[in-house]
Amino acid sequence: MPEGVPATTLLPTQNMAIADTPLLECRGVSKAFGAVQALFHVDFEVRRGEVMALVGDNGAGKSTLIKSVAGIYPFDEGEVRYAGEAVHIHGPRDAAKLGIEVVYQDLALADNLDVVANMFLGRERTHNGFVLDESSMEWASRETLDSLHVMTLRSVRQIVAGLSGGQRQAVAVAKSIMWDSKLVILDEPTAALGVAQTRQVLDLVRRLAERGLGVVIISHNLHDVFESADRITVLRLGQRVALLETSETSQQEVVHAITAGTLDQVPGMFDDGAPGP
Amino acid sequence: MTTEPDVDRNADVEPTPARETSPTTLSGYLRLWWQGVKYGELGSLPIIAGLAVIVVIFGVLDDTFLTERNFTNLLLQMTYIAAIAIGVVFVLLIGEIDLSVAFVSGVGGVVMTLLLRPDDPGWPWWLAIAVALLCTTAIGFIQALVITKAGVPSFVVTLAGLLIWSGVVLILTTQASGVGTIRIQDDTVVGIANDFLSDTAGWAVGAVVVAAFAVSQLYTARTRRTGGLLAKPSVVIVLQIVGLAVVTFAAVWYANEDRGVPKVAVILGVLLVFWSFVASRTRFGRHVYAVGGSAEAARRAGIPVDRVRIAVFMISGFMAGVGGVMLASRLRSVATNTGGGNLLLLVIAAAVIGGTSLFGGVGRVISALLGALVIASIQNGMDLLGLASGTKFVITGLVLLGAVLVDAYAKRRRVARGVV
Repeated sequence: MPEGVPATTLLPTQNMAIADTPLLECRGVSKAFGAVQALFHVDFEVRRGEVMALVGDNGAGKSTLIKSVAGIYPFDEGEVRYAGEAVHIHGPRDAAKLGIEVVYQDLALADNLDVVANMFLGRERTHNGFVLDESSMEWASRETLDSLHVMTLRSVRQIVAGLSGGQRQAVAVAKSIMWDSKLVILDEPTAALGVAQTRQVLDLVRRLAERGLGVVIISHNLHDVFESADRITVLRLGQRVALLETSETSQQEVVHAITAGTLDQVPGMFDDGAPGP
Repeated sequence: MTTEPDVDRNADVEPTPARETSPTTLSGYLRLWWQGVKYGELGSLPIIAGLAVIVVIFGVLDDTFLTERNFTNLLLQMTYIAAIAIGVVFVLLIGEIDLSVAFVSGVGGVVMTLLLRPDDPGWPWWLAIAVALLCTTAIGFIQALVITKAGVPSFVVTLAGLLIWSGVVLILTTQASGVGTIRIQDDTVVGIANDFLSDTAGWAVGAVVVAAFAVSQLYTARTRRTGGLLAKPSVVIVLQIVGLAVVTFAAVWYANEDRGVPKVAVILGVLLVFWSFVASRTRFGRHVYAVGGSAEAARRAGIPVDRVRIAVFMISGFMAGVGGVMLASRLRSVATNTGGGNLLLLVIAAAVIGGTSLFGGVGRVISALLGALVIASIQNGMDLLGLASGTKFVITGLVLLGAVLVDAYAKRRRVARGVV
């Protein structure tokens, strides 16, 4: 990865452009696993208050892109800018520090613990470093859940194992926004849900954006994408083949991009040093 | 890829049937509790039912079972099992197993006894005990290191530990004494499991227990209410306090009818309160449950999973050492077979019978006490009836099997109810 531009040279332009600087901006990022080019010179951006959908067929590079943003593994090349500044994300902790939270498909909840315990897992509030401050955690959990209008949850002291799929998803999302996060990435949030629960989760996604957060939603379900997203990034074979405004496109167009979008480079047909787009 | 994959994997799993939302009344609280029971959160219910059955059966079969004398004996027989079982509960909570605890407790007892031998080296009792506990804690640490760093299942590592530490017990005892039995000649150490509190002291301890429980319950309820959160209804709190008072004072009175409350029971009580607090009220305890519930979720939440595992095995080693000291004190000696026999079986059975799930993440420290009470009662009752060893093993095994079946059944209910 290139060295970050010194902050001093950035400042003048940054101040002017702060309003429409994308929250997250990946420029020409690539990632290869051995011989497999998972991502090739991909541009990707998310603005504040926007739901950006990331779609593509299996193996298109969706997971690789978000995992790299989340710090699971670094990009091979390209530049990542966060709130206008060049950043290097070396691990999940770096991502969390920047305010990037990922809700993975398996949600990563401890089923044996209640909602409060899960929302504060690993970041428990204590009285003196040891003893749990249950009251304060319960309050904060309730406030966050209430602010998301997760009405179906009866008690924050319920054990997570007893929750429905949609409720679990809601808890996982609420957990991700408790930490002053600015960018929430949702990996297939509706894949395992029924109709009514999907509805709830999509509403939740919209509400996150209304709060001014940047939201990335990965989905196989175009119906869900059109319900919730402002813009759609289409990946195909590790390249971005389309960036569409949801209001100006159709499912047909997106499907076409997913299956037959024009590639700048045919994978395997270029030298390593081939110029990017 | 289609536009409408419509994966409705659990569309039909509707939210849990509306659970009672206002546990602010006694009836509401009871209803909520009963709902929990139906969904597999059995808590201490099976064990209390089991204890009642045991008391009735042995009470009918043998006249001496319910005597004051036998009651204090039972307390003495139970304490070391409960102490070791506390450590096992922690290990089970993170979804692991420690098969070495019995012989590790043996090592603790033997090390202490050797250090106490007059003039050889004739250490003071507190130093001998401290070093013994340090040894057993270190054993837990080493075993945990192998488990976490080498990624070997705890079952295998502690099975190796079982063999190794049984060998160490044998080596130490036979080297120190030709006959393989070493007597403890320190009065303080022998007194741990053989001395009793005076009647007055017994009552005082009982009063402290009840008062401490009442204060903590009322304090919790008050801070929750002032914080605007739902708290247990006052009726329930009062009933719980009264219930505990009745049980405690009845026990003190019955023990006082005989020799009094055993000192070692008080030590066990302190340990139970301490470890219960650690498990349920501290950040570390929360992490223990999280690791047992979902190690992956814990890891992603930034919990140092391996460090939690190591700490838990150290607790297991430490409590095994405590139990070993208690047992050595009770027998006034250690021998080549210290920590052997059916001790391991009894200890793990106690933890499981007490309601700690073998699947990890579910259970309470107090289950060590309840399970030990059941196990010791059965052993004690069968001894009184003069049953043959074989029969005793068979019956103990059946009780353990029953407890595991209850656990598996409860787990199935929990799974059927939610998405585990």
